[in-house]
Amino acid sequence: MLESALQLGLLEEEYEKIKEILGREPNFTEVCIYSIMWSEHCSYKNSIVWLKTLPKDSDRMLAKAGEENAGLVDIGDGLACSFKIESHNHPSAIEPYQGAATGVGGINRDIFTMGARPIAQLNSLRFGDPSLAKTKWLLKGVTKGIGDYGNAFGVPTVGGEVFFDECYNVNPLVNAFSAGIVATDKTAKATSYGEGNPVFIVGSATGKDGIHGAAFASKDISEDSAKDLPAVQVGDPFMEKLLLEATLEVIATGNVIGIQDMGAAGIICSTSEMSAKGEHGMEIDLDKVPTRQDNMLPFEILLSESQERMLVVVKKGKEDEIKRIFDKWDLNCAQIGHVTKGEMLNFYSKGKKVATVPAESLVLGGGAPVYHREYQEPAYYAEYQKFDINSIEDLKTTAEIEEAARFLLSHPNIASKKWVSEQYDSMVGIANLSTNKPSDAAVVRVHGTEKSIAVTVDCNSRYVNADPEQGCAIAVAEAARNVVCSGGEALAVTNCLNFGNPYNPEVYWQFVGAIKGMTKACETFATPVTGGNVSFYNQSADGGPVFPTPTIGMLGLLEDSKTHTGMAFQSAGDKILLVGESQNCISSSEYLYSFRKEKKSPAPYFNLKEEKLLHDGIRAAILENKGIQSAHDLADGGLFIALAESAMSKGLGFDIKTEADFRKDAYLFGEAQGRVLLSCKASDEAHLSGFLKEKGLRVVTLGEVSDCGKYLIDGEAITHHEEAKELYDNCFAKFLD
Amino acid sequence: MKVGVVIFPGSNCDEDMVHVMSNVMGFDVERLWHKSADLKGVDLVVLPGGFSYGDYLRSGAISGLSPIMDQVREHAKKGGLVLGICNGFQVLTESRLLPGALLHNDNQRFICKNTFLKPASTTYSISSALDADEVLRIPVAHAEGRYFIDAKGLEDLQANDQILFRYSDENGDVNADTNLNGSIDNIAGICNKAGNVIGMMPHPERAAEQVLGNTDGLKILQAMLSSVTVK
Repeated sequence: MLESALQLGLLEEEYEKIKEILGREPNFTEVCIYSIMWSEHCSYKNSIVWLKTLPKDSDRMLAKAGEENAGLVDIGDGLACSFKIESHNHPSAIEPYQGAATGVGGINRDIFTMGARPIAQLNSLRFGDPSLAKTKWLLKGVTKGIGDYGNAFGVPTVGGEVFFDECYNVNPLVNAFSAGIVATDKTAKATSYGEGNPVFIVGSATGKDGIHGAAFASKDISEDSAKDLPAVQVGDPFMEKLLLEATLEVIATGNVIGIQDMGAAGIICSTSEMSAKGEHGMEIDLDKVPTRQDNMLPFEILLSESQERMLVVVKKGKEDEIKRIFDKWDLNCAQIGHVTKGEMLNFYSKGKKVATVPAESLVLGGGAPVYHREYQEPAYYAEYQKFDINSIEDLKTTAEIEEAARFLLSHPNIASKKWVSEQYDSMVGIANLSTNKPSDAAVVRVHGTEKSIAVTVDCNSRYVNADPEQGCAIAVAEAARNVVCSGGEALAVTNCLNFGNPYNPEVYWQFVGAIKGMTKACETFATPVTGGNVSFYNQSADGGPVFPTPTIGMLGLLEDSKTHTGMAFQSAGDKILLVGESQNCISSSEYLYSFRKEKKSPAPYFNLKEEKLLHDGIRAAILENKGIQSAHDLADGGLFIALAESAMSKGLGFDIKTEADFRKDAYLFGEAQGRVLLSCKASDEAHLSGFLKEKGLRVVTLGEVSDCGKYLIDGEAITHHEEAKELYDNCFAKFLD
Repeated sequence: MKVGVVIFPGSNCDEDMVHVMSNVMGFDVERLWHKSADLKGVDLVVLPGGFSYGDYLRSGAISGLSPIMDQVREHAKKGGLVLGICNGFQVLTESRLLPGALLHNDNQRFICKNTFLKPASTTYSISSALDADEVLRIPVAHAEGRYFIDAKGLEDLQANDQILFRYSDENGDVNADTNLNGSIDNIAGICNKAGNVIGMMPHPERAAEQVLGNTDGLKILQAMLSSVTVK
């Protein structure tokens, strides 16, 4: 049996621990149970020590990280927002369509199992070199997978990121985010208690798909990974839509004790997590589980990751009511067991007990192993720090600036992602305020109130690679800046921590650094971390780890949707203001990395205190109606790209002057953090500028918006609206169609 | 005026339509469940967008067979008003309440974006009550929205003035470049010969409120209802 355990990924010491817990040798089914529940994916055994150091508290937290399926944040007036991000990297690497689709399905189930109706989805995608055929195949498959699932499910996909770097050639990243709204007195919990209460499995039938999916997600991607194809699940968004409606209806009856979706590790995961939480046991008859095929073995039924299923514990005597609701929606609803006293999970098949394990021993925070991993600063870190800006000659002539500007406008990391985003239904629910007023974060109204939520996902993994601590703090800051520029208040964070193999001390050093940076930044912005997930082993057998990619999903709130602020310049003659400190910094910029081809430089300039001051100032100016017509943060591609993006949507131009104290390339294309581009009516300029200066901010009036379409910098036309739009809009179509 | 919004399993624009019809336009709204055979006395039946029955088999094919559709056919036969948006339009063609069919977009992808519509018919209320020169900005969201009909059918539609909207650019020019999904004759919406059954791929309910920054869709819904006699 030890041999089976090792084959299934358990360590010898872990096997010994199982024997100790059970007081005997485990049987094969039990070994399977422990191997999956103690896998990295389910147990967080190599990350939990550090995750616990993240800030978790604020007045608005109704469910803290790890307590429930997703975070729950009070948004006032008796409402809460449940939101979370999760990875589906490994399945997407070998089957992009289903891998991405089921990622969308999984994250939405986490939201509606809380009782919340999802209202907005985002995704954060990372792929390899865009010129590779494999990258195109992955991108097309992932986009179609997300679209087909999310569109049919009927929740708008309102934003996201797409980023390319060759470090993702073998192992793309697919992170899916969802946010939902629930009345605070209508939430459901992932728990189980009350001896004799019936346990139901509802939704799809259980098949052999996705067995050992969680274990598959807990190892490196290699040539052999295609053999793991059966570990990839298959999604059915129609079923998910029915499950959503039926689940919310059942929760509304008030007869649900606990409910949890079945994602990784299927039945065994939900039975053990709910039981451990409620400090009860269960008796489950596996023969009663509706299956897609005959003669499934007990371990297959327990570990199957068939999608669109839920485990529900209801009050005894209310069986008929739950059956009636699932019947209305034409869904399976089978009682498979009941809650018992004590802590044991007993599973039966064909009249025999096939496994008996203490629930607590399986779960994170209970008996699952916890490891402190070693970490060590890699040599590249110090080398990157040595970068000297003087080794790169500044752009001198207009022609040189033009060349860089065109290059960046049409670079896939910067150019319009509409080839992707137009395949997603972004408007269903008639709540997306960003459709006709694009903003840095997507703003989605909460029906029946004046409120909106602002949501965004951000991470520049190149910065994190250069400096994990600084880079991850920047990811948090950028997310918060996006929320603030859109007129919202940043409330809380969910994270998706995509890293390489945690047993590599240099990878673990990146992980630890990122956690430290996130902690610092989340404390500064008062945005606690409500949960998320960790995805290790994102690396290929030969290509090494991907860039450390701690994707930050941020939730913001607009108490009054009227404060929604767009990023587009409005009219000719409006003044353009740059707020924040300019720097002679081109470190880790797209300009330096891709155009100048210098790969080794530190993270860009970043100062957390200045950043906080900036956010507070912009937010005050928006709330106090100081005349801001548009607000757009400076990010990838720097000031020039921010100007172009603000000008483009209404076909306007601009006429600005640079400051002589700075290098031209740094001023126009540098990615120093903590800066925002504003526009306002000429008559409001002095007042707005004065207001922001009083808040301690540096404000420079760069110039004004024009209607001639020219992009004028220091009197020279760098490009024109028509050309810029062509470069920016058609980049993806050019390499994909 | 009482409006019924049909809910098929997989409908996902049903609540959007309910919201617009009741909260924005002020009508009494009934939700009509697909398994039911009762139209609850509504004057207008709306078949909303979504993916009824997952759009497995063909979009709208299975819904055409549900119990509520027998009642909808009866309602239409008696001259009652029926509006199908997006998946609802697909259901109407599959049910033969409207001619033609909706095929996969010619780029083989789902398309969600604002598009421009040019009112085309001068006979039927939904577009004749609109300013013929006013181009409307209305979103689309579909994978199977390429309207197709045989040559004879197209001739009939044209001869009877049944083409309600065409995909255009913002200036109202209708040509191959403004045909976002490859529909024959740029057709975005049609009605039957009697004018009481209307189908369109674009979503007017998604452009019916100031807070969303677009009320062009409200104009379409109002125009359509302007000719309806209130019971």
